[in-house]
Amino acid sequence: MAAAGGRVTWEPVIGLEVHVQLATATKAFAPVPVAYGAPVNSLTDPIVLGMPGALPTFNRAALVAAVKLGLATRSQIRARSRFARKHYFYPDLPKGYQISQHDEPLCEHGAIDVWIAGARHTVALARIHLEEDAGKLNHDGPISRVDLNRAGVPLCEVVTEPVLRSAEQAFAYMKALHRLVRALGVCEGDLEKGHLRCDANVSVRKVGAAAFGTRVELKNINSFRFVKAAIEHEIARQIRVLEGGGQVERETRLWDGVAGISQSMRGKEEVADYRYLPDPDLPPLVVDAELLAAVQATLPELPADRLARLVAAGLAFDDADLLTSDAALADYLDAAVAAAPGSARTIATWIVNELLRELGGRPIADSPVAATALAELAAAIDDGTISGKLGKDVFAKMVATGDGARAIIEREGLRQITDPAAVRAMAEAIVAANPRQAEQYRAGKDSLLGFFVGQLMKASGGRVNPQLASDTMKALLAGA
Amino acid sequence: MDDVTALTATTLAADVRAGRRSARAITDAFLDRIAATDGAIGAYLAVDVDGARAAADAVDAARARGEALGPLAGVPVGVKDVIVTRDLVTTAASKILAGWRPPYDATAVARLRAAGAVVLGKLGCDEFAMGSTGEQSAWRATANPWDLARVPGGSSSGSAAAMAVRSAALTLGTDTGGSIRQPAAFCGVVGLKPTYGRVSRWGAIAYASSLDQIGPLAATVADAALALEVIAGLDPRDATSIDAPAPALTAALDRGVRGLRIGLPREYLPDDLDPDVAAAVARARAILADAGATIVDVSLPHTRYALPAYYVIAPAEAASNLARYDGIRFGARAKDPADLDALYARTRGEGFGAEVIRRIMIGTYVLRAGSYDAYYRQAQQVRALVRRDFDRAFAEVDCVLAPVAPTPAWPTGATPTPLDMYRADVFTLACNLAGLPGLAVPCGATAAGLPLGVQLMGRPLDEATLCAAGQVIERATGPAPRAPWPPRGAA
Repeated sequence: MAAAGGRVTWEPVIGLEVHVQLATATKAFAPVPVAYGAPVNSLTDPIVLGMPGALPTFNRAALVAAVKLGLATRSQIRARSRFARKHYFYPDLPKGYQISQHDEPLCEHGAIDVWIAGARHTVALARIHLEEDAGKLNHDGPISRVDLNRAGVPLCEVVTEPVLRSAEQAFAYMKALHRLVRALGVCEGDLEKGHLRCDANVSVRKVGAAAFGTRVELKNINSFRFVKAAIEHEIARQIRVLEGGGQVERETRLWDGVAGISQSMRGKEEVADYRYLPDPDLPPLVVDAELLAAVQATLPELPADRLARLVAAGLAFDDADLLTSDAALADYLDAAVAAAPGSARTIATWIVNELLRELGGRPIADSPVAATALAELAAAIDDGTISGKLGKDVFAKMVATGDGARAIIEREGLRQITDPAAVRAMAEAIVAANPRQAEQYRAGKDSLLGFFVGQLMKASGGRVNPQLASDTMKALLAGA
Repeated sequence: MDDVTALTATTLAADVRAGRRSARAITDAFLDRIAATDGAIGAYLAVDVDGARAAADAVDAARARGEALGPLAGVPVGVKDVIVTRDLVTTAASKILAGWRPPYDATAVARLRAAGAVVLGKLGCDEFAMGSTGEQSAWRATANPWDLARVPGGSSSGSAAAMAVRSAALTLGTDTGGSIRQPAAFCGVVGLKPTYGRVSRWGAIAYASSLDQIGPLAATVADAALALEVIAGLDPRDATSIDAPAPALTAALDRGVRGLRIGLPREYLPDDLDPDVAAAVARARAILADAGATIVDVSLPHTRYALPAYYVIAPAEAASNLARYDGIRFGARAKDPADLDALYARTRGEGFGAEVIRRIMIGTYVLRAGSYDAYYRQAQQVRALVRRDFDRAFAEVDCVLAPVAPTPAWPTGATPTPLDMYRADVFTLACNLAGLPGLAVPCGATAAGLPLGVQLMGRPLDEATLCAAGQVIERATGPAPRAPWPPRGAA
């Protein structure tokens, strides 16, 4: 993949920091529910508001989720990690500091497997640490209002090493992370609700250079679409600066997804000193062997492994990729394949081409066709009981009635006619009934074969295998 | 005349439970005592007359219904203003919290109330508990009831002064570097700083979270023990509170000291120690030896580094803890700021007093990325050494005896520099760095009649030994007298 701008002499170096909102019932350090769209400041208490005398206590559910993510990324998980206070003043930060982790993060040196264009890659992670979210400011002309409903929601910050080399890779990594956290159940993964938020560190260097270029931190990349656009834009900007003889300045830039541009937020001379302090209100976070084993036992098959397994089972890569984008969808596939082990590829094709179209964006849980029923249909097609074309009619009837494929096939008499003698007899009757067309065909008008095959299909109600119909008719007309 | 306010909390509670006195009559007597004394003493920042009477009436009503009453039934208590009280204005003696009514009670306060105690009001202190004289209050300085021209000590100045003049039967203070023990000694009352984690910090407005601890000030060791039994114990809302059984302190009071080994740390008895203070320690030593304890010389070699380490760690945590006072959600906000930066700068600049700002500046400096290792990290290493000193000493002795403050109470305005004030904490702050319990007990007076106290420091969670030894001293010297009223030095 060439760098944006079509230049091949420059190589981008990208690292991503993604904030993953953990799907816990209550906040990270307060017994207050987590919810989206609640009335402004209704999800608060003295802890969330940072009131004098209020103290944080850590929500163990967030630890379990973070450990799960750590195990799924093959991270080194610290037996004792610490919370640290990260200080800065902003109205959405009630205590004047964010409870985060600094030099003793929960997880280090993990990796996430990313499939790009049919090949499996590994993206190295520097760290995964726990922290709390800030609140939100709602600007209304000269007035800004603080909403602290989101303040204190538990997050995992997942930080890659600077190993990504293109916006496409960054995008693929984001997709893989999104898929992973949803499969693990540690994050609901709703991007509209900000469940995954991405900052990117971007630099460029001459191809072959050992040292990294000056890096720029891009903040506020909140959708998958923006990941690519924002990084591509930044790569092009840096190349433009460098090729113009300038130097890239170390800075933080804010991505404006609507305008499609970034703007400098903080320059080098204003590099923030967060004055980290081990949080004296919170004892060290202890992860013992018992917890590790308990969480390990809950790990599902990871999406990247699942994709590999499906490809090995004969699925087309794109189908396998699509079907593992959602764990429930992949579960449906697995259930169907379990019922018809020889028909994995056909099942996948039917889910992708027919069932998903039928669902029109609704979740697989709403499927009108049970996994076992779809398996029955696929098996009936694969063993020649019905043609693929008739399969569509059967599928439509399955959707309409909820009945199984075989029941519909038998009831409607849709079983494929496979007896060559029966087909020949039907063909002979059609030729006899159309002597003029037979004459023309024999005189060289080959295109009339389609007419005869069509008549045969029509007469059989579509039950003859189209190939068999064509072969039989051709032989008959040739006088065989 | 029966002066109810001269009685101990233990006696008052027993009388209420037995029906000999009504809680309401006791509360009214203490409210009268406040009215009579507090104009001159200035112990209270807020008196909750209606709330106190209602609470007392509730105790009496409960008794009338035949309900079992708690161990502090009808005992009027005062609460230091850095401890939050539901719906009762709590300011930490700071302008930045002017008028703030907390929506919740500190756990210690809730436990006092559940035990039947009656909250009279909020007691003055140094702003955010930063100070050793009570003079750093945004509202009013408190006078020492024994000599109105002298400081009562701090930061729990109001808590100690109110006890000395008995305008409360029991008070709560907080101790970060000596803030319960030093004013207790200056005012001639008992002050007990519990083991770190013994009492929940939920609702204690944080100064330095790893050092802060709520504890009682009382007329007698028995009262302090009773109060600690009530407020101690695991609290799920404070992750640093210790899961230990409630201390059986009152039962241990009469244990005596026979067979105990009590250490005298030589670093706490320098040659230039004030002779009155040295005499008080010598007196306590003789009393304990007479009662059967073995007195042993011990060394706590890193003592001299404790003070500088403390004045790095405490301001660092303070700077962090006080970041929340930004004028956005509660408390004071500067009028018409030009922009957000001005809102912060002016709210904090106008809202905090000089000593608080000084500690925020120090704390901010030592936590900078460029100075963290040289200051904060090194101070934590010193802290570990101080703790190890005590661990080693406690392998040989059961507790140590030491002065509380280097001098008796000094005249108002006599601490010209912050460093002078910081140095007054030299004998008390190691106890906080090591997380140990410490008890200040009255032990005689100067020729001029100023109270003197001594300090006992013990093993973690071993407040019982301190109370037993403290009671031996108290019995030998006679119970600490009430400050005379009208006071000496009054116009």
